[in-house]
Amino acid sequence: MSDAPLLEARGLRVSIAGQRVCEGLDLALRPGTSWALLGRNGSGKTTLLHTLAGLRPMEAGTLHLLGDDLATLSRRAVAQRLGLLPQDTRDLFPATVLETALIGRHPHLATLAWEESRDREIARAALAEVGLSGFEARPVTTLSGGERRRLALATLRCQAPRVALLDEPANHLDLRHQVTLLGSLRARTRERGDALLMVMHDVNLAARHCDHALLLFGEGEYAAGVFADVVDTRSLSRLFGHPVESVAGPTGKAWLPA
Amino acid sequence: MTRGLFPALGVLATASVVVALATGSVAIPPERLLALLTGEAAPLDRALVLELRLPRALAAFAVGGLLALAGALMQVLLRNPLADPYILGISGGAACAALGAMLLGLGAAWVSGSAFAGALLAMLLVFALGRGGGDWSPTRLLLTGVVIAAGWGAVISFLLATSPDRSLPGMLFWLMGDLGAGATTAVGPGLGWAILAAGLAAALALSGQLNVLAHGDLAARSLGIELARLRGAVYLLASLLTATAVTLAGTIGFVGLVTPHMLRLLGLTDHRRLLPACVLLGGALLLFADTAARTLLAPRQLPTGVVTALIGVPLFLYLLRRGDGRHV
Repeated sequence: MSDAPLLEARGLRVSIAGQRVCEGLDLALRPGTSWALLGRNGSGKTTLLHTLAGLRPMEAGTLHLLGDDLATLSRRAVAQRLGLLPQDTRDLFPATVLETALIGRHPHLATLAWEESRDREIARAALAEVGLSGFEARPVTTLSGGERRRLALATLRCQAPRVALLDEPANHLDLRHQVTLLGSLRARTRERGDALLMVMHDVNLAARHCDHALLLFGEGEYAAGVFADVVDTRSLSRLFGHPVESVAGPTGKAWLPA
Repeated sequence: MTRGLFPALGVLATASVVVALATGSVAIPPERLLALLTGEAAPLDRALVLELRLPRALAAFAVGGLLALAGALMQVLLRNPLADPYILGISGGAACAALGAMLLGLGAAWVSGSAFAGALLAMLLVFALGRGGGDWSPTRLLLTGVVIAAGWGAVISFLLATSPDRSLPGMLFWLMGDLGAGATTAVGPGLGWAILAAGLAAALALSGQLNVLAHGDLAARSLGIELARLRGAVYLLASLLTATAVTLAGTIGFVGLVTPHMLRLLGLTDHRRLLPACVLLGGALLLFADTAARTLLAPRQLPTGVVTALIGVPLFLYLLRRGDGRHV
């Protein structure tokens, strides 16, 4: 398996509403890695995630997706390689659970083609993975927040991108689903040699499921690298503007606010 | 749940045509309608059905289909369940031009032509202003359209207030939506059906993308939709469908708003099925309404738009209650 980065940013400068999110950001998501994107409220995590997905313009720098300049790719070509889990989903029009999972297949369908039985099998498998078997015909409006979140993860699973950017994937998920779903997401990422970057608020969940971390300190400063190298009590205290201490936990270090 | 829906809609659409052809000042039972097909019908039946009722029925069905299709497209485009084909002021522009033509004493063909030109003008105006500097968001487009529609409304009120009494009934009939005059001109039904067929084909080509767009802009773009291009295409298509409907029959309300919702309440949510179903149900509803409009108070004719609301309101409320609020 080649170790060439799946998504590579060089010299990235991103701002929102006059506020600098990052300056000169170099980032390489290599096959099999899971990244946590950490930062306080308003530090621009979502903005950066959308920029990396090619959904908003960057002020400087380059982005390469599987070796190709992202700016030269069509949205469809991007969607075949890179997927985004939005922070929240709003459904104004009724759709069933299966239909919603199936929209993940859209970038892979030929123009005017309908989903085939294979696509439906992929969708059913994805729903089973997130514990939504038997929900196929349910209208999405009848789902709970956590079930809706699991459905969004299933849609992303149907899209099957090489690079997945997830905006707070653990939102609304109960403890068991946080651990099992993020665990299987990471296992699958390793197995297929894909890459993950997820915005997280829970440092301990990030430590459990990510091997790399990108910290946004604000004012354009950042730290990126192997999780254990960039995440410690000092960097976390600075990151959140609140003292953080570490204790020995069941799966390694655990961080607690002082 | 949706499996039997298309056959049922087919039966409903056929029934609407049969009832429309059979009902009127002279009732023509189905067996005499069948005789028309074999060429053994009485000359009176032939004249009544082929020259009067059939063109009007065809026009009504086409207008209903156009409006329902345009409504479904507008609702997804603006991401607003309350959107209808007229919400962006396309009908307002058409109405101003049509009323102006009536004031000048021009004939039916001129009124129709003016309505179409007015609709196109309104469409371009909203498109240009709604875009502003950059991308248009659904909210910006909606606000622009609603404000411009209010402007057209003021012009319409001005025209009505200053018009001579003798032109008022015709103007009011046009505003309430009427299939009597323009729709049944020689080109009317044919033009309506041609644009309906082309519009449905175009809508079906976009329908897979609409399924994704219904989940929001962010979902659409991250799943490979070229959003600006899709929005432009949907706007253009919905506007042309609306312009055609308004040109044929004035501003017939309600069909474009409720038909898509009725089908959604019946469980049809995939736009690749929803859009063709809208054409069938919208056409059938408007044809039933038009048949009622010309027979309820016969020999007086009601504006068709009044009857669509009278039929549509209770039907929609029933479906909403039956749906138990699960879908909307």
